[in-house]
Amino acid sequence: MFLSMMTTSLLAFAVGGGLCVVAQLLIDKTALTPARILVLYVSFGVLLGAVGLFEPLVSLVGCGITVPLVGFGGNIARGVREAVLEQGLLGALSGGFTAAAVGCAAALLFGYLAALCFRGQPKRIS
Amino acid sequence: MRQRIRYLSSPPSFVSFAAVGGREEGQGPLGPCFDHLDPSDRFGQTSWERAEGEMGRIALNFALKKASLSPQQLSVLFAGDLQNQCVASSGGLYSFGIPYIGLYGACSTCTEGLLSLSVWLSEQADRQDVMGAAVTTSHNCAAERQFRQPIEYGGQRPPSAQWTATAAGAFILGSREGDVRITEVCPGKIVDGEISDATNMGAAMAPAAVDTLLTYMQQSGRAPSSFDAIVTGDLGAVGTSLLQEMLLEEGIDVRQNHLDCGNLLFDSERQDVHSGGSGCGCSASVLATHILPALMRAEMKDVLFLSTGALMSTSSVQQGEHIFGIAPLIRIQRF
Amino acid sequence: MKNEPYTSRIRRHTPPSPTKKNCLFAFLIGGGICFAGQWLLYLYEALGATRDDASTLVTVTLIFLSALLTGIGVYDRIARVAGAGTLVPVTGFANAVVSPAIDTKQEGFILGVGAKIFTVAGPVILYGVLCGAVYGVLYSVILWFV
Repeated sequence: MFLSMMTTSLLAFAVGGGLCVVAQLLIDKTALTPARILVLYVSFGVLLGAVGLFEPLVSLVGCGITVPLVGFGGNIARGVREAVLEQGLLGALSGGFTAAAVGCAAALLFGYLAALCFRGQPKRIS
Repeated sequence: MRQRIRYLSSPPSFVSFAAVGGREEGQGPLGPCFDHLDPSDRFGQTSWERAEGEMGRIALNFALKKASLSPQQLSVLFAGDLQNQCVASSGGLYSFGIPYIGLYGACSTCTEGLLSLSVWLSEQADRQDVMGAAVTTSHNCAAERQFRQPIEYGGQRPPSAQWTATAAGAFILGSREGDVRITEVCPGKIVDGEISDATNMGAAMAPAAVDTLLTYMQQSGRAPSSFDAIVTGDLGAVGTSLLQEMLLEEGIDVRQNHLDCGNLLFDSERQDVHSGGSGCGCSASVLATHILPALMRAEMKDVLFLSTGALMSTSSVQQGEHIFGIAPLIRIQRF
Repeated sequence: MKNEPYTSRIRRHTPPSPTKKNCLFAFLIGGGICFAGQWLLYLYEALGATRDDASTLVTVTLIFLSALLTGIGVYDRIARVAGAGTLVPVTGFANAVVSPAIDTKQEGFILGVGAKIFTVAGPVILYGVLCGAVYGVLYSVILWFV
C-alpha cells in the first residue's frame, strides 16, 4: 500500500517536474511567452482527454498530470464528454465550464478575498 | 549638413538639485548620496501612481530648500514621468503653482527636460535671475503595472531585462552665472533599431545613443577623450556593450570614459537587476547623486550627458511595432 | 563587422538565460508541488473523501495556498527562482487570477478587481473552453455515426 503510494507520488514528481522543464525550455529557448505556453498546455490537456489518454495517465501518475495546467484541459475534455453523452450536442457548451467550475470559482473567490485582505507588496531584488 | 548642436550663448547654471529613491536605490552604491529614501517605496501614498508623483514633489521640495528658494521664484517647470499622460507629474507638482510644461520622452525625459529648460533660460539671460526647474520621476511598481504584469504575478525576467528605478531627480537652473553650466544641447533623432522585444530595451536604445554621439563628435570636432565622462541614461549592460562596439567601428572609442546610469544605480553583484537599471528616474537620480556632485567638487569638469529613451506603449508592443529609441544630449561644464 | 545585421549583433551581446539552472529549479519546485498534491490527495482519501472529491479538494487547497502566498508577496519571489515550476501547476493559474485582483484594487472592486481579474488567466480559460467545445462537437458527430 505505502509502496504503491510512494511510487505514484514519485512518478507525480517526475512527470509534473518534467512538464515544468519542457515549459522552461520553451520560455528560455523560444520567443513563446508564458501566457502562450499555458494556452498550449491547456489545449494539449484537452487533446489528451479527447484521445482517451488523460484518464490512464491520471491513474498512473496522479497529481503529476492533474496538478499541472494540462490537468485543467484534461478535466475540461472529460466534462465535455460526459455532458455530450448525457445531453447531446448541447453538452459541448455546458461540459467545459462545468468541469472547470471548481478551479475557476476557487481562484475567483480566493482572488477576491486576497484583494480584500492584502495590498500589493513591491518587488524586491536584494 | 544640418546643424544639430545648439551652443547656448548664455549658458544657464545649476542652482540646486536633489534626488529621491526607494528601497533598492538605497541599497545600491549611490544610496548614501540620495536626499530622501523610503524603504517602503510608498512615500506615504495609497497607490503606486500617487507615490510616483509624490517622489517628484519631495525631490523638488528638497532642491528648493537647499537653495532657500520658494516656488514663486521659479518661472517655469519642465517635468515628465513614465505614466500614461504624465499624470504623476501633474498630480505631484500642481501644488507648487509653477507654470508647467509636461514632457514625455520615456527614459530620456531627464535630458529632455534639462535641454528644454536650458534653452528657455538661455533665451532670457538678459534678465537677471530667471530660474526654472526640471523634474523627472519613475516608480518601479507603477511601471510594472502599466507596462508589464501585476506586481504579485510570478514570472522570470530574461537576462537582458532591466529594472525600472523607483527614483526621482529635481534640478533648478538659473540664468545667472554659476560654476556648473549647461553649455551645449543636441536633441536626439527618433531611431528605429527594428527591435520589438520589450525585454531588451538596451538594444532598442543603443542605436539612438550611437546616432547622437556620432553626430555630436562630427559636428563639434571633439574627441571622446576631451571629456571627463560620457554618461548615457539607461542602456544597461547589454546596451552598453552594444554602444561601445558600434561606436568603435565608427572610429570613436568611448571605452575609457563612458559611464551608464543603469550600471551605476544598482550593484549587479548584490542586486538581481539583470541588465541594469532603467526608467527616467534612473538617469535623473544618478545625475543628481553622482555626476553633478562630482562636477561641484571639481572632480569632473566636462561631461556629456545623454539619457536614452525607448518610445513605445503597451499597445504598440503588443501589436508588434518597433520600439524606437531616442537620445537627447546636453554638455555640462564646470567653469 | 560593421555591416553585421543588428539582430545578430544583439544576440552576440545578450547573455543567454541560465537554462540548466532554470530547468533544475523548475523540475524540483514544479515536481515538488505535484508530489505534495499527491500526498494531499492521499490525506483527503484517508479522511473519507472519494477519489474524485479528493482530487477536487487538492486543486482547491493548492489554489488557496497560492492565493495566500501571492497575497503576502511571497509567490513572485519563489517564481523568480522556480520559473516554469510555479507557472505550470494550478498554483500558477491561481497566481495569475489573484495577482491582478490585488493589483487592481486601487481602481475599485467593480471596474478594477471585477473587470481585470482575468487579464492574465483569461486566455487559459478561453482556449480551454474553446478546445473543449470543439471536442464536444466532434464527439457528438462521432456518436451520431457510431
